[in-house]
Amino acid sequence: MLLIHCPYCEEERPEMEFRHAGEAHLERPKNIAEISDEAFAAYFFYRDNPKGVVFERWRHLHGCARFFNAARDTVSDKFLTTYKAGQPKPDLVGAANMNIPAKSGKSGK
Amino acid sequence: MRRYSGFALVREAMRGHKGWGQQWSSPEPKKEYDVIIVGAGGHGLATAYYLAKEHGITNIAVLEKGWLGGGNTGRNTTIIRSNYLYDESAGLYDHAVKLWENLSQDLNYNVMYSPRGVMMLAHNVHDVQVFKRHIHANRLNGVDNEWLTPEAAKEYCPPLNISQSARYPVMGAALQRRGGTARHDAVAWGYARAASDRGVHVIQNCEVTGVRRGGNGQVTGVETSRGFIGAKKVGVVAAGHTSVIMEMADVRMPLESFPLQALVSEPVKPCFPCVVMSNTVHAYISQSDKGELVIGAGTDQYTSYSQTGGLHIIQHTLDAICEMFPMFTRMKMLRSWGGIVDVTPDRSPIIAKTPVSGLYVNCGWGTGGFKATPGSGHVFAHTIANDNPHRINTAYTIERFNSGRLIDEAAAAAVAH
Ligand SMILES: Cc1cc2nc3c(=O)[nH]c(=O)nc-3n(C[C@H](O)[C@H](O)[C@H](O)COP(=O)(O)OP(=O)(O)OC[C@H]3O[C@@H](n4cnc5c(N)ncnc54)[C@H](O)[C@@H]3O)c2cc1C
Ligand SMILES: [Zn+2]
Repeated sequence: MLLIHCPYCEEERPEMEFRHAGEAHLERPKNIAEISDEAFAAYFFYRDNPKGVVFERWRHLHGCARFFNAARDTVSDKFLTTYKAGQPKPDLVGAANMNIPAKSGKSGK
Repeated sequence: MRRYSGFALVREAMRGHKGWGQQWSSPEPKKEYDVIIVGAGGHGLATAYYLAKEHGITNIAVLEKGWLGGGNTGRNTTIIRSNYLYDESAGLYDHAVKLWENLSQDLNYNVMYSPRGVMMLAHNVHDVQVFKRHIHANRLNGVDNEWLTPEAAKEYCPPLNISQSARYPVMGAALQRRGGTARHDAVAWGYARAASDRGVHVIQNCEVTGVRRGGNGQVTGVETSRGFIGAKKVGVVAAGHTSVIMEMADVRMPLESFPLQALVSEPVKPCFPCVVMSNTVHAYISQSDKGELVIGAGTDQYTSYSQTGGLHIIQHTLDAICEMFPMFTRMKMLRSWGGIVDVTPDRSPIIAKTPVSGLYVNCGWGTGGFKATPGSGHVFAHTIANDNPHRINTAYTIERFNSGRLIDEAAAAAVAH
């Protein structure tokens, strides 16, 4: 069970009070009826799923009931930070001991 | 390969068991292979086996970052069944059940396939309607599945509590008699031994860290913890780690990885005759041949690669087990563990070519792919060998998420399966 800091209640509460709500910072296209099938699928079905830092939404359902965002390391399950909905992705470069998803393995084309 | 038989057992017993030898060889990686399979779980090893057996391709390496069968193959609760709703699913999962029936003979390895029956409990009107719909759909597809009253369910599984005072009383059940279990480790070992015998290199402790591509974008090999290894074709069969490996080839996947837990009890005398699943109260149970109760729980709500899940998840499952089978309330649990399962939006797998030439992927089996191991390897081998899907897996593309032609077992079952 995770301990989660709600940025609205400003308190650490047990996971049981929260609902996970998927990847954060996905924006629903405003012209959703006009975009291509590929663009719709990219928004609706495709996900980052990183082994490392994930940006995700949570809802403090059995508390203030508000949605907020979190950055969490999916290897250790440690939260790096939580922040209010609408705030930009925090810049986490330099945070200690993090599993940033490795891009280094790529080579060739 | 030395064949296993009753005669061999007697002979070795007389010689002090000194002549068995290694089950598979552990060669050094070559510079290049015709096909590289990433991931030595059941699905990857089965793919290599059928490539060698049915398509005559034997210059193959199966690369595994840990030990073979150490992923979900060695962590699952081994439930086998094929009573899925849609035609595409019935085709795929029943193909696997048919292969299970003769797998021990085919591999010359006892995988302990035990068709003891899988019973799925209905606890509310919605369950009853959904299961009956499944039964009718299954029958049209030639897949056995029958409806049982609560009394008939109890007759089939005497420990079951069908009292009306249960928190969620049993309103009936769907029974697939050809369903059952198999021994997970033996499946990995049996495929590894039979593949190795046909010349396949099974290379453990070899992590794939990159996918190399040539001038026109096609795959030319993989970077690994043991250096670059060339390949004309690469098949990714890495379960929870699929997104990570596909990202090395710049392919984004419609997948999310979640922890899924299971646990076993202390071993006891045979007392539980079949497999019982309840999606509604979230409990999956059978008894292994060692005597342990094997119990499956649900996924955690968040994505993770940690291979551990929350305590409240297994507690919730044990609550349900105690309610359904009061005779287990004082049973001690021995071990619990987690695996990382890769889940697609429609809860059906992807077994397909990818936008990258020479790169193939078999993933998205989520919480329920063990049952499909032989069928999955069989059709994936066909897909790699012919650069074209088998009739059975034509619908299991990545592009179905663009066209909307889903195989929506998620809506059909609404739960882990
Ligand atoms: C607790 C639990 C219970 C389950 N219960 C059932 C059940 O009752 N019935 C059922 O049908 N299914 C069940 N499943 C699902 C089932 O286990 C899986 O769908 C199936 O085993 C997947 O097999 P696989 O060979 O694709 O994956 P795995 O066995 O996970 O094999 C993938 C392999 O890839 C390797 N790998 C990953 N990354 C790399 C890399 N970079 N380089 C090299 N190798 C790599 C991994 O180490 C792993 O060994 C359950 C799963 C879990 C976790
Ligand atoms: Zn709150």
